[in-house]
Amino acid sequence: MSHDHDHHHHHDNELDPFAARVRALETILTQKGLIDPAAVDAIVDTYETKVGPRNGAKVVAKAWSDPAYADWLKRDATAAIASLGFVGRQGEHMQAVFNTPDTHNMIVCTLCSCYPWPVLGLPPVWYKAPPYRSRAVIDPRGVLAEFGVTLPADMKVRVWDSTAELRYLVVPMRPEGADGLGEDQLAELVTRDSMIGTGLARQPA
Amino acid sequence: MNGPQDLGGQMGFGPVAPEKDEPIFHAEWEKRALGVTLAAGAFGAWNIDESRHARETLPPAEYYTSSYYQIWIKGLETLLQRHGFVSAADLAAGKAVDGTAPPKRVLKAADVAATLARGGPCDRPMETPARFKAGDRVRTKNFNPTGHTRLPRYARAKNGLVEAVREGYVFPDSNAHQKGEVPQWLYTVVFDGPEIWGEGADPTLTVSIDAWESYLEQA
Repeated sequence: MSHDHDHHHHHDNELDPFAARVRALETILTQKGLIDPAAVDAIVDTYETKVGPRNGAKVVAKAWSDPAYADWLKRDATAAIASLGFVGRQGEHMQAVFNTPDTHNMIVCTLCSCYPWPVLGLPPVWYKAPPYRSRAVIDPRGVLAEFGVTLPADMKVRVWDSTAELRYLVVPMRPEGADGLGEDQLAELVTRDSMIGTGLARQPA
Repeated sequence: MNGPQDLGGQMGFGPVAPEKDEPIFHAEWEKRALGVTLAAGAFGAWNIDESRHARETLPPAEYYTSSYYQIWIKGLETLLQRHGFVSAADLAAGKAVDGTAPPKRVLKAADVAATLARGGPCDRPMETPARFKAGDRVRTKNFNPTGHTRLPRYARAKNGLVEAVREGYVFPDSNAHQKGEVPQWLYTVVFDGPEIWGEGADPTLTVSIDAWESYLEQA
């Protein structure tokens, strides 16, 4: 038997140690009648299929298309976003922050992983990991460079650290040359990263 | 607490390395970790602030070598044991050995959509007027509490500007320790980059935090 036996020996009924730990915990809680595995399935299904950054893209596209909606979104993002049906956990209190020719906005949670779930879904791994959380507040331009984004040297950079239960959504600038596009087409230009502030909206094809 | 979670301005973690076309989950167990964590929250035994504190009290070496869902599960095991739902013997056996404290609720599949849609709003009515108004100059407190706080170290003892008066919000520093919600006014306070980072700071940078009233003094 080779010395690396443990690393190459997998059967269907074997789990890596952490997967086994999570399965054991779910088993214990289920045996005690504390959780319903079907409820766990339903939670997972919600964030796999129903809630994600396409929701936020609809908000942004509407703000780009409809000045009255943009104004509402600026004044009361929670209500304006709820009017499109995007509500709930980790989006109970919302603030939209609008990029301008002078100011680029970027969102971080240095203390944990606060993120606006109803409009962006679950956060990507990098958003929750130490490199982003440590550097976004001290070196946002260096972080942006790692996303392939270079801002003009004199542009102001505003970083919002989500230290309370207020969740932020960046409204990126509407790209040039998007005149005449409908909301659905505009939404295609709105990336997840552009709504975190680590990206810009796509240019129309 | 000055724990491993308080990352703003720390150095040495390397590049951000975003993953192209990142999947929502990287393993099946991550799905269960999310679902079990949220379902256990429905027991009503702890609040979001206590669960954050359970995660940030992981020893730093463990926190920094755990993925975020691993941090969640380790925090959840702490909470479940603290509140009597799971025992060390249960965990050691990998199955239910001991009994359980009674939960206030057990989340059923049929209630998941409504529960997630309702979320957990933390705005509260305030009986006292806000001490500060937009445009006020304030200075953040210098303190190093051993319990939970949401005032990051990088933003302590710094001069800033109140940009927005929010609402009354549940106070995490108290709520995390089961000492009540004792809501306070919440403010968005913005700092110039050089005020926080000093020499060599990006002059185009401003950073804001959301700060509870007791974090602030008149500047």
